[in-house]
Amino acid sequence: MKLSQLKIGAIGIIKEFTDLEMSVKLMEMGCLPGETIKVERVAPFGDPIAISVSGYQLSLRKLEASTIELI
Amino acid sequence: MKDRLRIALVGNPNTGKSTIFNALTGLNQKVGNFPGVTVDKKIGFSKLANNTTLEVVDLPGTYSLYPKSVDETIVFEVLSDKNNPSHPDLVLIVADATNLKRNLLLYTQIADLGLPIIIALNMMDLAAKSNMDIDVDGLAKRLNVPVVPIAARKTQGIEELKKAIQYHSNQPFQTPTIDIEIIAPDLIKSISEELNIDNPYVALQIAHQYQNLRYLTKAQISQIETFEKQYDFHSQKSQAAETIARYNFINDVLLDTVKYNSVALEENISNKIDHYLTHKIWGFVIFIAILFAIFQSIFAWSEYPMFLIENVFVWLAEVGHRYLPEGVLTNLLIDGVLAGLSGVMVFIPQIALLFAFISILEDTGYMSRVTFMMDRLMRKVGLNGKSVVPMIGGLACAVPSIMSTRTIENWKERIITIMVTPLVSCSARLPIYTLLISLVVPKIYVLGFINLQGLALMSLYVMSIIAAILVAWVMKGIIKSKAKGYFIMELPVYRMPRWNNVGITMFESVRTFVTQAGKVIIAVSIVLWVLASYGPSNRFEKIDEKYNSPSLLKKYSSVEIVRLKASEKLENSYAGVLGKSIEPSIKPLGFDWKIGIALITSFAAREVFVGTMATLYSVDGDATKMESVREKMAGAKNTQTGLPVFTVASAFSLMMFYAFAMQCMSTMAVVYRETKNIKWPLIQFAYMLVLAYVASFIVYQLLK
Ligand SMILES: Nc1nc2c(ncn2[C@@H]2O[C@H](COP(=O)(O)OP(=O)(O)OP(=O)(O)O)[C@@H](O)[C@H]2O)c(=O)[nH]1
Ligand SMILES: [Mg+2]
Repeated sequence: MKLSQLKIGAIGIIKEFTDLEMSVKLMEMGCLPGETIKVERVAPFGDPIAISVSGYQLSLRKLEASTIELI
Repeated sequence: MKDRLRIALVGNPNTGKSTIFNALTGLNQKVGNFPGVTVDKKIGFSKLANNTTLEVVDLPGTYSLYPKSVDETIVFEVLSDKNNPSHPDLVLIVADATNLKRNLLLYTQIADLGLPIIIALNMMDLAAKSNMDIDVDGLAKRLNVPVVPIAARKTQGIEELKKAIQYHSNQPFQTPTIDIEIIAPDLIKSISEELNIDNPYVALQIAHQYQNLRYLTKAQISQIETFEKQYDFHSQKSQAAETIARYNFINDVLLDTVKYNSVALEENISNKIDHYLTHKIWGFVIFIAILFAIFQSIFAWSEYPMFLIENVFVWLAEVGHRYLPEGVLTNLLIDGVLAGLSGVMVFIPQIALLFAFISILEDTGYMSRVTFMMDRLMRKVGLNGKSVVPMIGGLACAVPSIMSTRTIENWKERIITIMVTPLVSCSARLPIYTLLISLVVPKIYVLGFINLQGLALMSLYVMSIIAAILVAWVMKGIIKSKAKGYFIMELPVYRMPRWNNVGITMFESVRTFVTQAGKVIIAVSIVLWVLASYGPSNRFEKIDEKYNSPSLLKKYSSVEIVRLKASEKLENSYAGVLGKSIEPSIKPLGFDWKIGIALITSFAAREVFVGTMATLYSVDGDATKMESVREKMAGAKNTQTGLPVFTVASAFSLMMFYAFAMQCMSTMAVVYRETKNIKWPLIQFAYMLVLAYVASFIVYQLLK
């Protein structure tokens, strides 16, 4: 399952990335394979989303979230 | 011991670097609760207990040494180039204690650059509240680096930090973090030899960043390029491998030193607040309500102080005329300089309030939420959610806002943001709007509480934002770029605004406004007064003669003669001739030649408009009757038709002109500096002028 498919409030664990360029940026922000992610909320127009990861909140677009594959 | 020591503040965005900078240096570098407040290096000084002068360099925040946006490039440049004027003797890593894992990534990178390091563990106040136990000494031992726990916002631990700086070691003793060489052994070796570098990580970083490093020569760049082809180096793969290795190291360190018990308390509060502030429907309603409240307050709260300032200037002019010897110099001082200044200084309260409100928005963390909510919309028109920050900042002033676009990663989104930011109504337009609105919009309340004048002002602001968005949308289709934009952004926790910070922002804005605008206004007023008081060849003598003729003397009273003579002289002065020469082209917009003069004088800075009006109407007016600029303008009549100059049609047309026309040299200069291409400021100037003319024309023709 992809992060972009996760519902609000749901929790997932990062498995891998499907886009190399995006993965470099996301990993620097603390999104690493094995990390737990929680979807906190979705912006009023349905995009971007806000997630909790490694102890803080990160916002990213659905498109970017779709490159994160969950376990 | 050297008597001078340079330290650089390095860390993730929004970790409190500038707060520490301010605490160390006593300066007032801008602080705000969103990532990307500082976009350029800033230097300040401090003294240590042993009398060493400490040079402190504040840098933009970054998540890693691999820059994602223009502002971040400077960090590696300063740290890697020994000849850089800001290259530090010691790096102060500012880490957010509540988010150590992500913060330590940058630490491990810098540790490997081989510079002496001290870690300032900031936000300890929040860490203490959050049921998280950090073994500070354990961390220091593991990394073999001094770690100083602080809470910069409360200035806790700053003395200890200074001590640690004083007793720092000149050698990098930190424990090595990861095996660098294994990532690209041959390439690192070749680059190290070619550039004569002894640190493998610096060599690896250069392998990634050589195209953007200004200190490399062309020959060196092409040599590195050849190496990379030869060894089949893939930058992104290498970065990914490096990052994973670093996090393995960090996880190892944190396992022994940090114990998490539960979710942070502050974050829960932030979550609850966000539930409302970024709510599907309420989110936008609240945003608009906040803006609305801000503009209503700016109008309402500034009314009384403005009235006071206005009266002080009227009183000063009266006193001046009574006690100063009559003559050219007195006239210059009172009708030129004082009148010009009064026109603008009246707006100090409004500008201070505007800056205060924006600073509160920035300080609470709300700005990031607006960014989050707006990204989808902004993307549709070729902008980025992050464009919201410069656009809201543009309400105050376009110049720093255009600099703040450096945080926008994508070139096209950044250029479009730069191009449209000056359309957003800045504080220099506020005096013009307020003055003209007060002339033609009645001061009544709609629905009992909405001030009609405030409403008119707010509509102008809304219009300016809509215009910016439409222009962005057009430019999205014109500017070509393949690189895709992205939006990966930290959402900081909410914080209470610090009122002294808000106070300082107000004070600073007023100070800059008074000194900057004051200088220009005094200069322009003097020039203008001279141009308005003298005329080409013998035109003035002829006018004197004309009004000495017995037939006229009989026809008018002496007071009237004085007035008629003055206005005819103004019309024939150099300024008058200048204004008259452009009158034909601005007549369709409803402007007379006097407004024409103001358009010319305020070409470089909008602030000058009100001052010019004040000067012109003082020269023209009856020197014995003291009135404020507003009263003078309200009474202004067109010399040919005898009708009032400022009608609803002409006033709104004029506001349209100032809403859209560039009229700001500083903005053009900063756009040139940020884009490094003269093309952009010129295009911007041209499109804004066209917009201004068309909008004014339509408004005047419709309302007249
Ligand atoms: N609770 C708490 N907040 C702090 C502390 N230090 C700084 N802050 C707040 O953190 C926010 C960011 O501070 P800045 O000093 O602007 O951070 P910065 O690292 O310079 O940020 P950039 O310039 O964007 O990289 C502000 O709202 C500060 O008030 C602290 O010790 N405790
Ligand atoms: Mg800063």
